[in-house]
Amino acid sequence: MIVSKRAPLPGWIQLLVPVGAVLATLLLSAIPILIAGGDLWLSYASLFKGALGTRYNFLETCVKAAPLTFTGLAVAFAFRAKFWNIGAEGQLLAGAIAAAWVGIYAPPLPKALVLLLVCAAGFLAGGAWATIPALLKTKYRVDDVVTTLLLNYVMWHLMGYLLFGPLQMPGSSWPRSPAVAEIARFPVLLIRSRFHLGIVLALVAVLVVWFVNSKTVFGYQSRAVGVNPRAAAFGGINVNAVIMKTALLSGGLAGLAGVGEVVAIHFHLLMDISPGFGYSGIVIAMLGRLHPVGTVLSAFFFSVIIVGAQSMSRLTGVPTYIAEVIQGMALIVMLIALLLTEYRVKAVRD
Amino acid sequence: MSRPDTPRTHLEERTPVVEMRSIRKTFLDVVANRDVDFTLYKGEICALLGENGAGKTTLMNILFGYYAADSGEIRIGGEKVSLSSPRDAITRRIGMVHQHFTLVPSQTVLENTVVGSCGGFFLDMGKARRKLLELQRRFGLHVDPDAPVWTLPIGGQQKVEILKALYRDARILILDEPTAVLAPLETMELFGTLRALAAEGCSVVFISHKLYEVMEIADRVVVLSKGSVAAERETRDTDERELANLMVGRELAVQRHSGSQRRGDPALEIRSLSVKNDKELEAVKELSLAIRSGEILGMAGVSGNGQRELAEALFGLRVPDGGDVLLGGEPLPPGRPKTAVDRKMARIPEDRMTTGLLLELTVEENLVLENHASFRSFGMLDHAAIGRHADRLIGEFGITTDGRRAVARTLSGGNLQKIILARELSASPRAVVAAQPTRGLDVGAIEYVHKRILEARESGAAILLISEDLDEIFLLADRIAVMYEGRIMGVAERDEASREQVGLWMSGVNEPCA
Repeated sequence: MIVSKRAPLPGWIQLLVPVGAVLATLLLSAIPILIAGGDLWLSYASLFKGALGTRYNFLETCVKAAPLTFTGLAVAFAFRAKFWNIGAEGQLLAGAIAAAWVGIYAPPLPKALVLLLVCAAGFLAGGAWATIPALLKTKYRVDDVVTTLLLNYVMWHLMGYLLFGPLQMPGSSWPRSPAVAEIARFPVLLIRSRFHLGIVLALVAVLVVWFVNSKTVFGYQSRAVGVNPRAAAFGGINVNAVIMKTALLSGGLAGLAGVGEVVAIHFHLLMDISPGFGYSGIVIAMLGRLHPVGTVLSAFFFSVIIVGAQSMSRLTGVPTYIAEVIQGMALIVMLIALLLTEYRVKAVRD
Repeated sequence: MSRPDTPRTHLEERTPVVEMRSIRKTFLDVVANRDVDFTLYKGEICALLGENGAGKTTLMNILFGYYAADSGEIRIGGEKVSLSSPRDAITRRIGMVHQHFTLVPSQTVLENTVVGSCGGFFLDMGKARRKLLELQRRFGLHVDPDAPVWTLPIGGQQKVEILKALYRDARILILDEPTAVLAPLETMELFGTLRALAAEGCSVVFISHKLYEVMEIADRVVVLSKGSVAAERETRDTDERELANLMVGRELAVQRHSGSQRRGDPALEIRSLSVKNDKELEAVKELSLAIRSGEILGMAGVSGNGQRELAEALFGLRVPDGGDVLLGGEPLPPGRPKTAVDRKMARIPEDRMTTGLLLELTVEENLVLENHASFRSFGMLDHAAIGRHADRLIGEFGITTDGRRAVARTLSGGNLQKIILARELSASPRAVVAAQPTRGLDVGAIEYVHKRILEARESGAAILLISEDLDEIFLLADRIAVMYEGRIMGVAERDEASREQVGLWMSGVNEPCA
């Protein structure tokens, strides 16, 4: 087999790649569904119906898409600058802890201010957690993939300590915090649903990231560092400062994912506050080609899969973890698609 | 330069080993090879000469099975073959050393040599080592078999590439601009190896655009121009002037540019500067130098004598151990590229791809790499103003591109260098540090770079021109300095310096200027 670099493909093909990847993923998902004994037509129908079929289901899909959008943006923004942030999960937990803390002991202020405080705390906690690997990378050249990944476990155990200790609900033996005060909860924006303020914030975040990326001096510098740190330094850009700022913003976005889960969905801090949203963010960012708009679209796609898998499971008996199989498949398909857009692979007989 | 007049081939008894007939290759709508006929004979060194983009590398990539020709036929040893992959070519005992090496940096020389050539399941390293040592002895390719490749200098890595090809029993060796990365001394070693190969009956294709090298090493020259064969000559029947004409279709200016008329006060001063290299060894040793405004100081020297570290220290990319750099009488803070830019030092780095440019970004984004902050209003970039700035520079410096939004990677080498020139020289610099500014460029682009450097001198900049190309130094410089082992070996006015004197200094011989 020969792999050789291709000439750059035209823009429309680049846009088609994620769409093709999604279709290929759905097609390939037929294999595990069949193995699990599901009827194909019924499975896909129930998947999409469960995710998009009714107003309530559609809004639930939006609810699920919010944290995925935040973590997807976090990863996409970091990857663009070649800060390999695999730690969105830990940063999400940091944000959740901070939001819970502020939310439980909410100061007597107007609701808007309390919400601002909750978000700021979550953003800063996530951002601060991400600056640790960034500091190690810039000061001591420690590999960021390793540190960001491992710090996820550190944060998870830290949360365990808090939930069995200072943050545990009094009188409870479960690792569960007291409920956050009513004033610190995100308002529900549409009746008879859980469609909350955090979803709007996620869409605002998409715009903000797009704006920062393409319009600001910092966005330019972060792009320059991403494609060639040496040339960026040569041009007078402070590469370490750019990496630190990128980490802060990326971790902050992941932290906001945690904020929403605490003050809009669960209202408590729980050990299983995140079913791996941080890790899904990596897949989502890749499928979205690290572009903020692509990221929100792919977050929605994953949300469809996750929400739809539940009703598919109810109707066809295919286990819900098919959603994770499909996610994994999407990543592999997307990576192959990216390989094929950049390289030509020719099979040769031996 | 004269070459030993021992003819290795005789017209009467040459046997063709490779015959390429009517080879045609197009990329989209660009014709890279236009019905090219090329023959390679046993035991000869054949130079493939031509400007960048003349189709030399394409033709050889076809012979090596990298590309399939659109039409035409290839015969090897008289037998018609179809080469659909490098593996086919290797089986036919063809080896190719590309400009960019394909070695595994963390593995040893021996491991790199045997990779991909082991036939069976088991690998007899003892046998492999004996074969490697034998090849090294026969062809003078001395590198420590157990040294990890990343520790070797570029010249050493090239030897490993050649050994790799020979290890696979190559009888036809293609070298794509092998001397582009080599110091003069390493080039001499390489030529020794090539002669030994030819003497054993191997055939060598030597791709180059350096005339004097071609004259020195080749038995025969095939000149390609715009995808077609422009001429074929026995080296002994031609000279550099004729080859230059065939290559570019016009006579090259060989005269020296007139010296500077107005030299002012020292604008760029280096005071006992000491710089360490990546291996923590002293590469620049208490070097002092002053360059006056309106003057070009040509820094000659064999590469690897501290020029790279000196340039990086001046650029602000490397923090010196001691000493000062003064620009306009004021010291530059070490390790601060931004300050160098702000104080109007133009910097032309030797690795334009890896240091000077953001290849994945657009032309306009590259043009504002250093001054993007000046297009800022409230933290945002004024894209309209950046666009106007880029369009003006593209026009002024004649950058050939699909527009300012084109991705830099799609531009040719000469146009990439023009991006750097436009960025650096358009802001009326006070000093210019240019490191190997014409390396790897074709004749037209070289002339353009020279013209711009001379213009910068006319407008009063102090220019430090670091170059391995002595012709370039003698052509442009007002004064010539030679760097040897981190020190200045000697400085002379250009009009009083002789090539011989400079050559002596370059090889570390210090004698008073005659």
